[in-house]
Amino acid sequence: MDITINVTDGVPIYRQIVNQVKYLVASGLLQPGEELPPNRTLALQLKVTPNTIVKAYEELESSGVVHMRRGSGTFVSEGRQQLALRERRRIIEQRIDALLAEAHQLNFAADDILRMVRERKAAMDLGTTAEPADVEK
Amino acid sequence: MGQIVDVNDLSRSFVGKTALDGVSFHAAAGRVYGLVGANGAGKTTLLKHLLGLLRATTGSVRVFGLDPVRDPVGVLSRIGYLSEERELPEWMRVDELMDYTRAFHPTWDASYARELFESFALDPSKKVKELSKGMRAQAGLIAAVAHRPELLILDEPSSGLDAIVRRDILDAIVRTVADDGRTVIFSSHLLDEVERMSDNVTLMHQGRVTLSGALDDVRRGYQRSRVRFVEQLDQPPLLDTALAMEGGGRTWSVVHSGSLEQFHHSVLALGGEVVESRDATLEEIFLARAGRNRQQMEVA
Repeated sequence: MDITINVTDGVPIYRQIVNQVKYLVASGLLQPGEELPPNRTLALQLKVTPNTIVKAYEELESSGVVHMRRGSGTFVSEGRQQLALRERRRIIEQRIDALLAEAHQLNFAADDILRMVRERKAAMDLGTTAEPADVEK
Repeated sequence: MGQIVDVNDLSRSFVGKTALDGVSFHAAAGRVYGLVGANGAGKTTLLKHLLGLLRATTGSVRVFGLDPVRDPVGVLSRIGYLSEERELPEWMRVDELMDYTRAFHPTWDASYARELFESFALDPSKKVKELSKGMRAQAGLIAAVAHRPELLILDEPSSGLDAIVRRDILDAIVRTVADDGRTVIFSSHLLDEVERMSDNVTLMHQGRVTLSGALDDVRRGYQRSRVRFVEQLDQPPLLDTALAMEGGGRTWSVVHSGSLEQFHHSVLALGGEVVESRDATLEEIFLARAGRNRQQMEVA
């Protein structure tokens, strides 16, 4: 599981883990039903005390992101995750930033991009273009 | 399970010089305790009392409910210990050292020891005196953990070691706690290591415990804020709860304790505003506390 710990910004480590797991779930990098690494494995990977992982997983469970099955492990919960507006914005904004950077490289102005987004949306609504999700399937 | 270490009001002096002054320290099973403080703060002296290497002048020391001075066998067979000096018998081969250590520890886990030898790529046929500093630490670590001690004591284990061996030591701490719910007490001057590995942290200064508690609780009491004033300040602003300050002119960075509300008020009263606040890191708290103690000494 791709998690990075930073001890210079004052955010408690268990909270950093909670936030990053929520992000991984919200962005689809962790799928419902997927198993999180066991305490020991993640503690060894991140070089943190195992009790911090326990605390993070417990908090994730109480906020409904994961559930623990006795004796088997910790799994991402089914169903759409309820995410705070701030988190949803953060995820989308990252995609927008990447889009704008690429647009700049290819000589599109931000207004062009806005127009193109609207055109694509309209085409999607009319069914004249395949949705990317369908293409993948 | 339950209480592993109980030190109450321990004092100790060496030829008139106070090394420990009314120290109390408690450790419960399944947790990692980080001990921090400057050189000479008393960390090693405290740890040596847990091992029964020093006798309390006043106060009491109990490990597993036993007095380590009166019952060294009962206590030491259940402890794993690695010191900064890594005092190992130079003339022994590494495998002889392991056999020797094993003789004192009926709970020695030979397959765990073998696994560690392999993961460290350590040659058991080498003589101790031929080992590099990192290899000595690895050999000392195997000798300290292979009997799966109920209590692992590490005194500045990372001191002077490269990143790879430091990682081996941190892994040993994680495994001690995760695999068996055992207890670790370690001292370190590497505060990021302490912040990552500790459930509880104890700060020592000049033979006394100045701060102790669950890491999250200790950290919660301190914030670092950036404050801005309307006018330039020639000297640091006088803020009640400030412990350390850096900056100049209109912008200052302050490590402070107490409530954020109270801090906002005292900044406002001086014609300033708090631009941002976050929890202080352990390093910031540690430096701020040390600085404050220095100031108090200068006043006294």
